[in-house]
Amino acid sequence: MAMEITQILLSAQSADTRVRTEAEGSLRQFQEQNLPQFLLSLSFELANNDKPAESRRLAGILLKNSLDAKESARKDHLVKQWCAIDVALKSQIKELLLRTLGSSALEARHTSAQVIAKVASIEIPQKQWPELVGSLLNNMTQQGSPAHLKQSTLETLGYVCEEISHHDLVQDEVNSVLTAVVQGMNQAGNPAEVRLAATKALLNALDFSQTNFENEMERTYIMKMVCETACSKEADIRQAAFECLVSIASTYYEVLEQYMVTLFELTSNAVKGDQESVALQAIEFWSSICDEEIDRQEYDSPDSGDSSPPHSCFIEKALPQLVQMLLETLEKQEEDQDHDDDVWNISMAGGTCLGLVARTVGDVIVPLVMPFVEANISSPNWRSREAATYAFGSILEGPTTDKLAPMVAAGLQFLLTATKDVNNHVRDTTAWTLSRIFEFLHSPDSGFSVITPENLPVIVGVLLESIKDVPNVAEKVCGAIYNLAQGYEDSGANSSLLSPYLTEIIKQLLAAAERTDGAESKLRGAAYETLNEVVRCSNLSEASSIIAQLLPVIMAKLGQTMDLQIVSTDDREKQAELQASLCGVLQVIIQKLSGKEDTKPIVMQSADDIMRLFLRVFGCHSSSVHEEAMLAIGALAYATGAEFVKYMGELFKYLQMGLQNFEEYQVCSITVGVIGDICRALDETILPFCDQIMGLLIQNLQSEALHRSVKPPIFSAFGDIALAIGAHFERYVAPALQIMQGAAQVCAQMDTLDEELMDYSNQLRKSIFEAYSGILQGFKDTKSEVMIPYAQHLLQFVELVSKDSLRDESVTKAAVAAMGDLADVVGEKTKQLFKNFTFCGEFLNECLQSDDEELRATALWTQGMIGRLMLSS
Amino acid sequence: MAPHDLRRPFKRRPISDQQKRRELSLLRQSQNRSDAQQRARNLASSVISLQSSSPDFDPEILSEAVPELDAGSESESSSFDIRQASRLRGPEARKWFARQLMLPEWMIDVPDNLSQDWYVLARPTGKRCFVVSSDGTTVSRVRNGSILHHFPSALPGGARKKGTSGPAQSYSILDCIFHELDQTYYVIDMVCWRGYSLYECTAEFRFFWLQSKLAETGACDPPSFYHKFRFSAVPFYNCNQSGLHSAYTGSLPYVKDGLLFYNKHAHYHTGNTPLVLIWKDERCSQYVIDTDNNGEVPNQQHIVLELQDEGKLVTSDDPPVPFSCLNADFVKQSGLSSGALIRFAIGDGGLNCVDGRFEKADLQYIGVSNRARAFADSYSKIMFQYMARHSPLKIEDLASNISHENQQDKPLEVEMSD
Repeated sequence: MAMEITQILLSAQSADTRVRTEAEGSLRQFQEQNLPQFLLSLSFELANNDKPAESRRLAGILLKNSLDAKESARKDHLVKQWCAIDVALKSQIKELLLRTLGSSALEARHTSAQVIAKVASIEIPQKQWPELVGSLLNNMTQQGSPAHLKQSTLETLGYVCEEISHHDLVQDEVNSVLTAVVQGMNQAGNPAEVRLAATKALLNALDFSQTNFENEMERTYIMKMVCETACSKEADIRQAAFECLVSIASTYYEVLEQYMVTLFELTSNAVKGDQESVALQAIEFWSSICDEEIDRQEYDSPDSGDSSPPHSCFIEKALPQLVQMLLETLEKQEEDQDHDDDVWNISMAGGTCLGLVARTVGDVIVPLVMPFVEANISSPNWRSREAATYAFGSILEGPTTDKLAPMVAAGLQFLLTATKDVNNHVRDTTAWTLSRIFEFLHSPDSGFSVITPENLPVIVGVLLESIKDVPNVAEKVCGAIYNLAQGYEDSGANSSLLSPYLTEIIKQLLAAAERTDGAESKLRGAAYETLNEVVRCSNLSEASSIIAQLLPVIMAKLGQTMDLQIVSTDDREKQAELQASLCGVLQVIIQKLSGKEDTKPIVMQSADDIMRLFLRVFGCHSSSVHEEAMLAIGALAYATGAEFVKYMGELFKYLQMGLQNFEEYQVCSITVGVIGDICRALDETILPFCDQIMGLLIQNLQSEALHRSVKPPIFSAFGDIALAIGAHFERYVAPALQIMQGAAQVCAQMDTLDEELMDYSNQLRKSIFEAYSGILQGFKDTKSEVMIPYAQHLLQFVELVSKDSLRDESVTKAAVAAMGDLADVVGEKTKQLFKNFTFCGEFLNECLQSDDEELRATALWTQGMIGRLMLSS
Repeated sequence: MAPHDLRRPFKRRPISDQQKRRELSLLRQSQNRSDAQQRARNLASSVISLQSSSPDFDPEILSEAVPELDAGSESESSSFDIRQASRLRGPEARKWFARQLMLPEWMIDVPDNLSQDWYVLARPTGKRCFVVSSDGTTVSRVRNGSILHHFPSALPGGARKKGTSGPAQSYSILDCIFHELDQTYYVIDMVCWRGYSLYECTAEFRFFWLQSKLAETGACDPPSFYHKFRFSAVPFYNCNQSGLHSAYTGSLPYVKDGLLFYNKHAHYHTGNTPLVLIWKDERCSQYVIDTDNNGEVPNQQHIVLELQDEGKLVTSDDPPVPFSCLNADFVKQSGLSSGALIRFAIGDGGLNCVDGRFEKADLQYIGVSNRARAFADSYSKIMFQYMARHSPLKIEDLASNISHENQQDKPLEVEMSD
């Protein structure tokens, strides 16, 4: 029997903390002690029209949370719990949910639709709710079904289609569902709320409709309905229909050819005349087509040898009209769009789409856009000047350098002058365009740059003047300096060209970062990021003294952040953000200076002070800072080497915290990498910390809650630790190897068709071999017999990998090396094993013929090691 | 159920600097990890000099010689080929073994880094030979492939004696010099041991194995019924001042015939190689200057060259160095055919060199060479012999080279220890 829980549900939303906490406790207790009754009671609450909206709302939320969770381990658990509930009781719950779809309360209907979809996602694939589709369709076809029931039924159908695959139903059912949805879109006989619900349901059901889109008649019918709906008199329905078209553009690109004329006309009218929410979707349709075609072009590289998916050149075919349409949007700017990150308007969408079109078609766009640029760039109207500049900046990626170079060379001086335009927008876009020019047409190392030794002083002068402009313009100027520096990256003869200006550039970037008028823009972040790139790309031998002077300046700034007054969480966030930027700069400086032996001492001299700062930053407890400081600490460990041990006492608790931060898995991952840096720096002196580190790492590997991308770095870290502490690793061998063997097993069973999973599998396998290598080499001098029991498994794993034709070269290399390590370290006891594993010779021969020199060298070494073994008696 | 987000990045760089920092850190970490593991393997230094060439076998020669070997064997590892070859008999075996020795070049200038990258050893006087033990017998073959001795030995598989020799496939190949005076095979290199090929191993590794493994078998014991000749490993030294001194002046059980220099990183390379060098002077060799058939030093330097098409005369090097040309009519008259080995004397005009490279020679025809010869002289031999007669490379030159290297190293060491 269901329990009466209205009062508890209401109390759980009470403003009184005590009442609320108590009610929440009761609910949790109920859920833990009797889940079936708990869910049934919630369903009753949701279904009962006499209950208050508040209690029904919470009942719905609790139901949803009992069936689905973002985190996959939790979700699996919930699904198991649901499946274990008595069938009769589940039917009762489902019945209540279906009944709620007819409720007069919109919110209850909506929640119920979502909960039904969650139950369907569990039960339909297992054929445990065969009557669901029938009863939903019945709601649609029954004479006298009220509009609100149809509306929530359509919503439910959409959600269900989104949750399941069309393979989970028989085709007849799929067809009936789609028919119901598409009929719901019909203008005749359906009120607006039903048509809107049907259109949104179709959007959710598009993936589900694959079979129907393959059939030309059915497809054409669906397309006709969508196009008709896109002309409805209600704007929200038109918008929903265009959303369908956007989704169709990417999902069913291959079959769009026959509808393109209609679609162009439809979208073009919307862009020109419809209200903005609809026009934005219409532009997005073309941006999606561009995305598809760019993808196809990239996929179609001549060396891939794969048959590429068809490319219908829709953009090229529509080009002149499309470009015209987009250019017209550019003059519809909003006055303050550059100040607010949340703005998205038609001129921004149009300009972005124009950039995508340029990337899609390349050179041919240039003659279509340049007349517009030339006609407007000197216009007295700021909108025209800004639009012209934006158009010019948009087409810089895509066309060839040959095509662009003369225009850019001719326009550069104009743009430099335009940085003084009276209008803020024009200056913003001009600075952005300059940054694009430096990004795409300034790579002296590969042979071309619009920047010459003659115009460089002028350019730097203009940029350093403009960086003092209003914050949004200054931010774009930072971007331009970033790309300018990148072109002169420390390699070859060109890296010196920027050296004479470094002092002044750094000074101005620091000044920009200091500005207080840029609070709302991203100026400070941009200034520091640009500073990083300037340092990274500088010619170290010429810039070392400048960078050495920058180091104490940044350290002082980081020190000052500790003294900021923190009142609100907002203050805390701002402090954290600033600390993150400054830790980033320190990381870059440390890494740059430790790149050469003669500049390393500069870091060493300040290491104590730098470390003290990082520890104080950790003391401020912000995970975002945590991450940046951690990255910087890794660089510091690399720079200081064995001396790093003196920091371990204080640092260690933060390393532990980092390793336990599953929520922000990037932090965890970076901490794991830093453990490796520290191992290499400390060697055996890391030993006192290893019990705790290994304990945490093993826990992390066993946890299903930790993001999987952190697991390969952890295996690599096993190798780092073992290599550092040598035979002391013995105590960890049993648990570590057990997990390594388990993970190897998992790799063997991975779906080889899933590209992302294959990437992961390659990373995982490589890291397991790295762990083997580190552990084996750690036992080289003593106690190598510890590894004898694991030799067989290692060779089995190598054999398995050797037979996988999809493996990555890096996996092969790690596998071959681990094999050699086994022969090298364990020696005689593995002799018979190597004889038994006959694949070894063949695998080595294959590696010896590789084009990769490193792989050949590793394979030769391994061959030598196995050879030595075979010779022993 | 989430609505499609329309907004796209606007006037923004696609990659964040933080992401870039992360990626650069990962790159650095992975590079450092790989360096650390390579160091653990002692691999870092040798990797650079490891060569990628496949085993130096010419499968054609083998299949030509042994028709029963199927084509599939060509792709097998070198150890397989050697095992097959060790069972070859008669002219096929001669032909094959004649190409299997690693042949030193003569030292005509001093290589760099002698003290770091090279070993030195005193070459015993005697016949260079390949000693193959397999299937219960041992065969030694001199440079042209013909058999010197056929005998039982304590080498793996070298005698029909139960217990000690191991399984039948356990065969070995040693590179030796047979020293007549004490009837001993002095082992200078190990090519195969107990069925496993050492061709792809560095000299450093081969010498290490030679020293540690040879004695274990009893091959260094005095002769007995199942062990007709004694074997002995030739001592080798790092080629620093003291190593050079030991090899040059040290007292050894055999008569020296010059010094051999082995590059530590070189694999066993069949045929001539510049990574093994021979050097001689009067003090450490009785045979600095070639003697004639009567054991006397001729007035003029004699050299043997191979006749090629169109009368070209070349050395045995690969590629051959052309030395001169014979007149076509002369070739015809003398009934010489392409491939013939011809002996010449170097006349008063001598050898002319420009910038260290041979330019032209004053050659006087003597006649077709002794049939026992398998090869023409190598370029380095001709040059060494020529230098020995005119301006020899002296032991002092070698020593001063080594001390010069050390001086160059010294200031660096001081700096690094600071």
